[in-house]
Amino acid sequence: MTLTQHDIDREIAAERAAYEKRLADGGPVEHQPRRDYAPYRSSVLRHPKQPPVAIDVSQDPELVELSSPAFGERDITETDNDLTRQHDGEPIGERITVSGRLLDRDGRPVRGQLVEIWQANSAGRYAHQREQHDAPLDPNFTGVGRTLTDGEGRYHFTTVQPGPYPWRQHVNAWRPAHIHFSLFGTAFTQRLVTQMYFPSDPLFPHDPIIQSVTDDAARQRLVATYDHSLSVPEFSMGYHWDIVLDGPHATWIEEGR
Amino acid sequence: MTKIDTGRPESVLPTPSHTVGPFYGHALPFRGGEDIAPLGHPDTVTVHGYVLDGEGGPLPDALIELWGPDPDGNVPTADGSMRRDPASGGFLGRNGVEFTGWGRIQTDANGHWYARTLRPGARGRSAPYLSVCVFARGLLVHLYTRIYLPDDAEALAADPLLSRLEDGRRDTLVAVAEDSGTYRFDIRLQGEGETVFLEFQ
Ligand SMILES: [Fe+3]
Repeated sequence: MTLTQHDIDREIAAERAAYEKRLADGGPVEHQPRRDYAPYRSSVLRHPKQPPVAIDVSQDPELVELSSPAFGERDITETDNDLTRQHDGEPIGERITVSGRLLDRDGRPVRGQLVEIWQANSAGRYAHQREQHDAPLDPNFTGVGRTLTDGEGRYHFTTVQPGPYPWRQHVNAWRPAHIHFSLFGTAFTQRLVTQMYFPSDPLFPHDPIIQSVTDDAARQRLVATYDHSLSVPEFSMGYHWDIVLDGPHATWIEEGR
Repeated sequence: MTKIDTGRPESVLPTPSHTVGPFYGHALPFRGGEDIAPLGHPDTVTVHGYVLDGEGGPLPDALIELWGPDPDGNVPTADGSMRRDPASGGFLGRNGVEFTGWGRIQTDANGHWYARTLRPGARGRSAPYLSVCVFARGLLVHLYTRIYLPDDAEALAADPLLSRLEDGRRDTLVAVAEDSGTYRFDIRLQGEGETVFLEFQ
């Protein structure tokens, strides 16, 4: 049977109702999506059925997961954070600047850590072999960026506004425009891969991936803010997006820094 | 909402996770991501296996990250895992000398992955292990697990995590020795023989 947007919309509504009931029954606010989220069909066979085994990190400060891999200047090149300058010509599309801070749960900056991004071009096409969307490739846009956070935990990218793209999960399935982010903290337990969205995208209600974050406030934290002070005159539109890493970390490592 | 006011701790709430999706292949994997051990190091081990879904089907699009200490149990502090060529913008790879302790590997079309790294040393009260982070299309939040090496039965028996698990589940975390220095470790995301995944609190 053909899976329609209507089917998916109904499932999304049912998942929201289930979350609201959990909240009403005294359950906790869910900051993270559930791995078992059927409206996103790829999750069905790929989520564990057993609950995760909890490790109380305060019992053992020696756990290797409380430290993090290191990255440095030699892992980065000068044009890595400017996706509009990685080819001979200019990519097509609306130029944007995206900037924000990488923080831990205590609001402290994560300094000198690796931020990686990847995205579709302005037509909604990834420079990836397996991508089948027939929108044009842009020879001047790969859509990959890297940077290290500065002394205040800040990152900064120049790129083009990615386009939305169809993804065939169901009939007329479209992903809202987004930039994928990969982040490291001061501990491996803080590792995060996520997606940044743009304000007021009309596709939000229909997309099971963003809707997998059923908590309204948590979902809003995936959406960047238009920031006029980040817009560069005669050049680009600015978006601000702060990122807060979850997961415990070894607080004593930061002391004295 | 996306400007966090660090002066108000109640507003510092976690950014939700999302799937890595299917199209990270031109962005995240890098040359030599699986060759973590310095060239010719005598304490090199090879770990390899499959990533499997709830029907036993291999994942051709899973991404594995490994993180582990050196053979003396020290946490690596060297950067340079993905050294770049400032001239071409491409990857130079590791320098074959320094040990960064971290690797990133995409499963191949058969769902198979491998890595060559240094035999991890013990830290604290734990038996020696490599920390693993699994990403995939369909996985809305990545999964942590551990690869324990099978060689020291006494250390494994005393390990604080392993000793809490019943035998069948415990075995999912212990790699199987094959040829000398080669270990098999499959990751089953769901169903029979499901790998033990971890949550750090
Ligand atoms: Fe995408």
